[in-house]
Amino acid sequence: MFLSVTLPATDSPLATYAHFAAHRLFPAFHPRAGWHLLALLVDQSSTSIFAPQATPARLIFGLSVLVLSICGTIFAVVAGLLLFILFRYRHRRGYTQREPAQIYGSAQVELSWTVIPILIVVVLFLATARVIFITQSVPRPPDALDVVVIGHQYWWEFRYPKMGIVTANELHVPVSSTDHPSPTYLTMSSADTDHSFWVPRLAGKLDVIPNKINTMWIDPEKAGLYLGQCAQYCGVQHAKMLLRVYADSPSEFSAWVAQQQRPAVDDPQVSAGRAVFEANACVNCHTISGTAGHGTFGPNLSHLASRATIASGSLPLTAENLHAFIDDPSRFKPGVLMPAMHLDDHDLDAVTKYLMTLH
Amino acid sequence: MATQTQITPSIERPSAFRAFFDAVQDWVTTVDHKKIGLLYIGYALIFLIVGGVEAILMRIQLWAPNNHFVSPQTFNRLFTMHGATMVFFVGMPILFGFGNYLVPLMIGARDMAFPRLNAFSFWISAFGGLLLYFSYFAGSGLYGAGTAPDVGWWAYSPLTSRVFSPGHSTDYWTLSIFISGIGSIGTALNIVATTLCMRCPGMKLSRMPLLVWLYLVTSGLVFVTISPLTAAQIMLCIDRYLGGHFFDTQAGGSAVLWMHFFWIFGHPEVYILVLPAFAFANEIIPVFSRKAIFGYPAMVSASVGIGFISLTVWAHHMFTVGMGPGPNAFFTFSTMVISVPTGIKIFNWVATLWGGNIHFTTPMKFAIAFLFQFLVAGLTGIMLSASPFDWQLSHSYFVVAHFHYVLVGAILFMIFAAFYYWYPKMTGRMLSDKLGTWHFWLFVIGFHLTFDFMHVPGLLGMPRRIYTYEADRGWQIWNMIVSSGAIFQAVAVLIFAYNLVVSWFKGEKAGPDPWDAWTLEWSTTSPPPTYNFSVIPTVESRRPLWDAKHPEEPDAHFE
Repeated sequence: MFLSVTLPATDSPLATYAHFAAHRLFPAFHPRAGWHLLALLVDQSSTSIFAPQATPARLIFGLSVLVLSICGTIFAVVAGLLLFILFRYRHRRGYTQREPAQIYGSAQVELSWTVIPILIVVVLFLATARVIFITQSVPRPPDALDVVVIGHQYWWEFRYPKMGIVTANELHVPVSSTDHPSPTYLTMSSADTDHSFWVPRLAGKLDVIPNKINTMWIDPEKAGLYLGQCAQYCGVQHAKMLLRVYADSPSEFSAWVAQQQRPAVDDPQVSAGRAVFEANACVNCHTISGTAGHGTFGPNLSHLASRATIASGSLPLTAENLHAFIDDPSRFKPGVLMPAMHLDDHDLDAVTKYLMTLH
Repeated sequence: MATQTQITPSIERPSAFRAFFDAVQDWVTTVDHKKIGLLYIGYALIFLIVGGVEAILMRIQLWAPNNHFVSPQTFNRLFTMHGATMVFFVGMPILFGFGNYLVPLMIGARDMAFPRLNAFSFWISAFGGLLLYFSYFAGSGLYGAGTAPDVGWWAYSPLTSRVFSPGHSTDYWTLSIFISGIGSIGTALNIVATTLCMRCPGMKLSRMPLLVWLYLVTSGLVFVTISPLTAAQIMLCIDRYLGGHFFDTQAGGSAVLWMHFFWIFGHPEVYILVLPAFAFANEIIPVFSRKAIFGYPAMVSASVGIGFISLTVWAHHMFTVGMGPGPNAFFTFSTMVISVPTGIKIFNWVATLWGGNIHFTTPMKFAIAFLFQFLVAGLTGIMLSASPFDWQLSHSYFVVAHFHYVLVGAILFMIFAAFYYWYPKMTGRMLSDKLGTWHFWLFVIGFHLTFDFMHVPGLLGMPRRIYTYEADRGWQIWNMIVSSGAIFQAVAVLIFAYNLVVSWFKGEKAGPDPWDAWTLEWSTTSPPPTYNFSVIPTVESRRPLWDAKHPEEPDAHFE
């Protein structure tokens, strides 16, 4: 069964776990205090790996709690022993022996600290292998959504082949629930250098490599915005290759799909701006449906104004930001491949107005 | 008096220039393993400062989100040069330096097996480092002002292809490391030949000091691992200049092929660096616990075992590449297995301390900090080996924190320990204990501020190699703590450098055996004469000086 591996969903699993652990370990300790301590780590960041919201991330979280507890225990035992020995056998004034007794080894003792680690390794390996095979070999439900992810220097292209949608930087996927599992399968490759797709609350990262096709799946449990960014160094602007994944409720998602499937808005009031777009080099790299622009080097702009951000998630989409970005993109993203267009003020205003109508 | 005044005029006092020229000529043309060792160490220390300054510049940039201290281009060059410098031009030469100096002394030999190859290896490696830094003046050739490589120290393809890396910056990375690799192989060959052929009478392999054993394993690894890197670098040059398509993805080449080539070198490289650190611990911990090493045969087998297993784990750097469940499971297992011999080593050191009479000298303080920090580094390594966990942690600051725990917390700490321990042998003078204590505590504080807290932004989703970050991700406070630790480390290193210089002139005289130690290097003068030993020693056990100091209960009876 597809989602039989899903663990019970809670708001913040580590917070619950921490609450529980703190209460068990320190009954006198005020539980809220323990919660706050770990909440500091979990809740302050929108990209914490300890706040999973989809099955792949939740499976990893479960494994990480096990691995962390085993490693924590080993650390406590060995470091404690070491501290004790350092204290107990420290050199003291008035040490009368010339040298301590020389011990050269002990077969039994050494055998024990060979065999016990081997047992721990076997346990850890089996637990890990289970998660590897579950995550990478779950059967794919027939009605899963397919999205093609293409990494570019320094932005993301998302294609929905069955729906005829092409968009950039903001991925929309449906929320998945236990009753109606609707995972999204991401098929990834790169147009240029290596990239890596990482949205920590949804899944682990997967590299986006030219000449290689990788697949992963996500099934967000709650509607909302999930942040991430490119995790594999891909060139000058690696840092500003941000990712936004919107998990939409079924109705929101259908509305979004319907909107994206419409041809680009063609408002006669901004035809001057459209003319600027078509008469300049913009069309070499950008597509706007129904215009002369068919370029694919840059993001598809057919529904630009439906997005919340530009510049690969690094700037909110406002008329001022768009205006300044078209004028000189490298002001915001040094190393960006889009050249400064050097439009005069009139053309720049016109094209900005035009682009802002492309809902 | 009269006779003296008659003799003096016949010895002409050389001019200052002449004396300087003689000294330079002496060091440049030397084939003495001790001088070459010191050259390696001095060269590495200079690059340690350079690499450290690069790290500090990066930490200033990352102090706050959207900072503009350096440009993205500069930042990318900084992390590329920092990584390449620290691994190839600090780690390798400093460890080879100590190996060069110590291996012949510890096996009772008068020099390395091939002294002139030794000198050649040093100078060719040194040239590699200079070539890499020459790129700052000349890197992009005609394409613009000089620049350094900016492709990361792994130089992943296709970022290195001419489409994405025009000019010559990538070629500086390729050629400088290619050249220094020739030197590394030369020195490794020399250490293996010296160890196998030059041991003094009575020193069977089973009586060799553990340090020498570990250098033997490290040198073996150098043979096996530098070759694939060199092969890949040649292929890269063919791609860039002769129209090859090995890694050219635009023409059907494979980016993943480069990763395999790089990491079959890259992971054993970590062990090439860490095994000498183990080597120092194996000498220092017993001497200051006043006990023989616990479980010598197990330590030798664990070292050799680590050497072999380290050749089977490389693709754990590639868990996020999409290799499929089978390879992910295999490399998870092989990586976890390596923790067993590593664990044996830690337990044996702990057992060596047990029942001892522990002296907290400066070298021992660094060695004890090494034990704790290496334990943590090993445990975060186990976390990373669980491949699904790695899908989250890989390429994040958690990984950066993990490997700096190994490279700084374990390796650099043991290098500092080795300096305090063997400096008296190398110079005849002790390093100041007071300055050493300041160095130790400041460095411990700085290290933990920086690298403990560096794990956190990784857990919160911060990728590595980004020149700046978003303000709303909750990463800033952690980055500020991390950056502040760098200040403590910098001050500590300055104190250390000052200590090295001042003690050279004013340090307390050491005598041949200041630590009451047991291996052969302490049986000769400090510094040793050019020929090391006036009479080649003969040994009966693993601790020849223990036997000499305790004729009533020599080691040979118990081994």
